[in-house]
Amino acid sequence: MTMTQLQSASPSVSAAAKAPGYWRSVGQRLMRDRVGIASALVLLAIVVSALAAPLIAPHDPNSGSVMTRLSPIGTPGHLLGTDATGRDILSRLIWGGRLSLLSGITPVVLATLIGGTLGIIAGMSGRLVNGIIMRITDIFFAFPSILLAVAISGVLGNGLGNTLVSLTVVFVPQVLRVAESATVQIARQDYVDAARATTASRLLIMTSQVLPNVLSPILVFATSLIAVSLVVAAGLNFIGLGVAPPAAEWGSMLNELRDAIYINPTLSILPGVMIVATSVCFNLLSDSLGSAMNIRETDK
Amino acid sequence: MIRYALIRILSAIPILLGVSVVSFGLLFLQPGNPVEALLPLEASPQIAEMMKQQLGFDQPVWRQYLAWLQRTVQGDLGVSLYDGLPVAGQLGGALFNTMVLAIPAAVLAFVLGGALGLIAGYHRNTWIDRSASALAIVGVSLPQYWVAIVLVVLFSVTVNWLPASGMASPDGIPRSFSDLSNMVMPVLALMLVPMGVVARVVRASVQDILSQDFIAGLQAKGLARGRILRHVIRNAMSAALSVMGLQFGFLIGGSILIEVVFNWPGSGQLLNLAIFRRDIPVLQGTVVVVAGLFVLTNLAIDLAQAAIDPRMRR
Repeated sequence: MTMTQLQSASPSVSAAAKAPGYWRSVGQRLMRDRVGIASALVLLAIVVSALAAPLIAPHDPNSGSVMTRLSPIGTPGHLLGTDATGRDILSRLIWGGRLSLLSGITPVVLATLIGGTLGIIAGMSGRLVNGIIMRITDIFFAFPSILLAVAISGVLGNGLGNTLVSLTVVFVPQVLRVAESATVQIARQDYVDAARATTASRLLIMTSQVLPNVLSPILVFATSLIAVSLVVAAGLNFIGLGVAPPAAEWGSMLNELRDAIYINPTLSILPGVMIVATSVCFNLLSDSLGSAMNIRETDK
Repeated sequence: MIRYALIRILSAIPILLGVSVVSFGLLFLQPGNPVEALLPLEASPQIAEMMKQQLGFDQPVWRQYLAWLQRTVQGDLGVSLYDGLPVAGQLGGALFNTMVLAIPAAVLAFVLGGALGLIAGYHRNTWIDRSASALAIVGVSLPQYWVAIVLVVLFSVTVNWLPASGMASPDGIPRSFSDLSNMVMPVLALMLVPMGVVARVVRASVQDILSQDFIAGLQAKGLARGRILRHVIRNAMSAALSVMGLQFGFLIGGSILIEVVFNWPGSGQLLNLAIFRRDIPVLQGTVVVVAGLFVLTNLAIDLAQAAIDPRMRR
């Protein structure tokens, strides 16, 4: 191989030529996956209804009348009944999607950015930097995630911001580990050596060779992490950490309706149905993404 | 084996130290200075100053940490700001109550999840396999606290078979049928997620083992199915054990939500109360002890795994 040929196979060119083909074929495989499509559609419906809450919610989520408190499912005007202060549950579920989705998805996005970057750096660095980053990560793995989330947001105090911070801290090490192990595998490949041989800088190799290849496992993991994050975030709100009343949020609604469990048991289950549906859909979507990207369960 | 065990035990020490640093650091995360957090709101500035000196908050942070670490290692976790009782005593009782739920839940999850995974793995790509896998995915996505509420709706509100909350015997040890009935729902709610996880891992591991050459060799040798099954179980056990260690930690750490629903006086309930009473010593003590237990459990599981499976002794 001559020098010019080597240069023509330089990282930026090969990555640019390869990337669209890969993502297109992943997209095509996803479109054929019926479970993946179905869960994506359900999620889309939930997200859109949360965003369009002011337009589609039949009632004000925060005002209710004592006259109509705890009306059962199917009451005219209140399709899913009302809570202990007479607020319309359907409207609160639609509005609640905003805070629940926000507090479930944001920490994963932040953790993916922070943990992904640190993980790729750790995976490409020498033993010293890698050792330091990974040993600190190990320490955070020594805490059961719910315990750490509860402890941090408990100390920080109530509020949406504090919930987001505590969940991000919990998820960064998890994404970091996935990103690091994927990077270490990729960095051993021949084409990365070839890129090094072209005297490409470390940053160029990282962005053009490593990043496109570790993105898939990180994305698959992050999607399944959202399923966990939604459940934990709602759990924090359920025990009274997180958003302050009267704001509608699925976890805190679950807690409010629990008090009425003997009067109207079916109502107390409703907010949980939303949490489960969203969480199951993200898990199924992650599985579909994984098989579309050819990532085996053990690689996650 | 001894060499591996020694290295593994020594490697847990830096992790435990790290855990103690993070737990100690929690105190500094909260808004305002630590002394304010430790004192009731109505305390005068003079008392605050006295307290600051007494607790060593005028010292450099690393000194404070070392002093705290020394006390913690000796089993002194300080006193509760709420009732003035030693934290260690309260936490001990609460942890015991948590274990009363967590141990049966872990054993059931391991046995039932293992059985489910084994059946699914043996009947690969049949309807049994598919429904077991679907069940496992739903099990993993279910919020335990919601499952707990659904159980209460079903078994306490609708049919009134089981008590909705509370722990019947004061010391946590079930002695009668009625004491046991208090445990049924919390254990069920705790068990579901780890059962799903174990089932998934065991299924994957059984399929992996069944496709390997040595199984074909054993079959060719004419070995009876039961004897082959023993080889499969032995191999799958190791995979199941490794996830169970993590899951047991999640059972203890995650029990907070279940204990709140069932009003069960365990370590999770204690942590919950500590947060709302702003009782930092109790919070800190609970976090450091539970996380420490988690590290030790995983250490024990790793050693057990290495004893079963020599390939683990890297």
